[in-house]
Parts: sequence; C-alpha cells; structure tokens
Amino acid sequence: MALDNIFGIGGSALNAQTVRMNAVASNLANAGTVAGSDAEAFRGKRAVFKAILDDQLNGNSNENNKGGVKVTEITDDPSPIKRMHDPGNPQADKDGYVYLSNVNEMTEMVEMMAANRSYQNNVEVINTARQLMMRTIDIIKS
Amino acid sequence: MNIFDSALSTHAKSLTARSQRVEVLAQNIANADTPNFKARDIEFKKVFQNAAEDTMQTTHGKHMALPVDASGDGMMYRVPFNVAFDGNTVELNIEQAQYGKAAAEYQATVNFLQDNISGLRKALRGE
Repeated sequence: MALDNIFGIGGSALNAQTVRMNAVASNLANAGTVAGSDAEAFRGKRAVFKAILDDQLNGNSNENNKGGVKVTEITDDPSPIKRMHDPGNPQADKDGYVYLSNVNEMTEMVEMMAANRSYQNNVEVINTARQLMMRTIDIIKS
Repeated sequence: MNIFDSALSTHAKSLTARSQRVEVLAQNIANADTPNFKARDIEFKKVFQNAAEDTMQTTHGKHMALPVDASGDGMMYRVPFNVAFDGNTVELNIEQAQYGKAAAEYQATVNFLQDNISGLRKALRGE
C-alpha cells in the first residue's frame, strides 16, 4: 500500500536530516579549534544526500523507503585553512603559527535552520499520511 | 459484477491512485535537499483511466482482461519555475501545497466511499 511507504520515505528523510544536523553540531563545536599543521586543522563536515532508487535497494534499505533519501558520504569543506601567528600557543609549529578550522559559524547556523525546516516538513508529511490512514480505517465504522 | 463491485469499484480504484500520488509527493519532499533530484508527479487522470478501462472492457465472461500497460503509469517530471544551483527541481512550497491538496482529495474519496458503504448498509437493513 502506497500510504505505508510514506512512513519509510519520511523516516529516511528524518534520518538524513539528523545526520546533517549532527555534522553542523560537530562543526560548531570545533569552530574555535586550532592545530599545529595545515593537514591536522579541523575541516567542516558536510553530509551528501542521494535519492534511494529502485536499483539501490540493499541491506540497509528496503522496499519500504524506496524513493526516500540517504546519506552517501560525509565530505570535508574545501575552503582554505587560515593560519595565525601565535607563538605562545602550545600547538604552534616551529615558526609560531597555529592553523584555525575553516568553519564559518554563520554558514553553519543557516545550514542548521535549513536542516531544521526540512525535518519539520517531513514530520508534517508523516503526520498527514497517518491521519489519512486513520480516516481510511474509519470507513468501516459508519 | 455484483452490487458491491458496482457501488464501490470507482472510488476504491481512485483511492489507490490518490494514495500513489501522495506517496510520490512525499518522495519529492523527502528529497528536497538531494543534489540533482528531479521532482515527479502523477497524472491522476491517466492512472485512473488505466484502472477504469481494464474493468470497463471485460463486461462479458468471455472477454479477456486487458494487459496492464506498465509504461503508462502516469509518472511525469515536474517542470520547475527555477532550477536550484545543485540541479534539484523540488520547489518545497509547491510540493507542500500539492501535498495538502492531494491529502484533501484523498479524504474526499474516503468520504464518498463512506457514503456509499452507509448507503449499502441502509439498503441491506431495509430501513
């Protein structure tokens, strides 16, 4: 039944948006961290979404969430790492530089709001589908 | 075709078609942030005609049932007003409006079905 699948589809979207929100939380928590080299510096994390298509049904997805969404990978933000001269910092390299994370707090806040709204949308979709199902069950009552 | 089929079949079939449409719209909303996702919709008329033709043309016991046309599932890609930067064509406000409308249509069909059933009940009771 088609209405059944909406719970799977909406659920997959709630899951994906939660992963996205987790990435934002991690980014914001690490916004102020410094590191001793460019390679070690914290880079912002982004969840990459992909639609679950018919031919991709495998172990962790089933017929129920076909057409839903999943997170395929978490990528690093490619924007450059800033370096700051701070010889007093214990993390500083031999020239006295520390490497800041490339997280932009404003972008993260916007990302968080977008994830929040998408989550709410999908909750609403599931709620409506649930109401429709209940109404359909009530047919036999009258 | 008995009395229940003739009284309920139209609305029962349209209920299936409507629930399919609600599902497709739910898929669009779930993929509102997926890069390169193309929003889809179902043309109710086409799905319903496919379902209706199948029963209308087998009025005699010796008639053969039409094979179901798999290609004509009525699924179409939506033409967006603006394509997003990442190639996504889901326009959330439009999908929300369509979803609300589809839910209302589903409820209307449920109401029709309910009326039919209570009518049949009355006839059976002989009130």
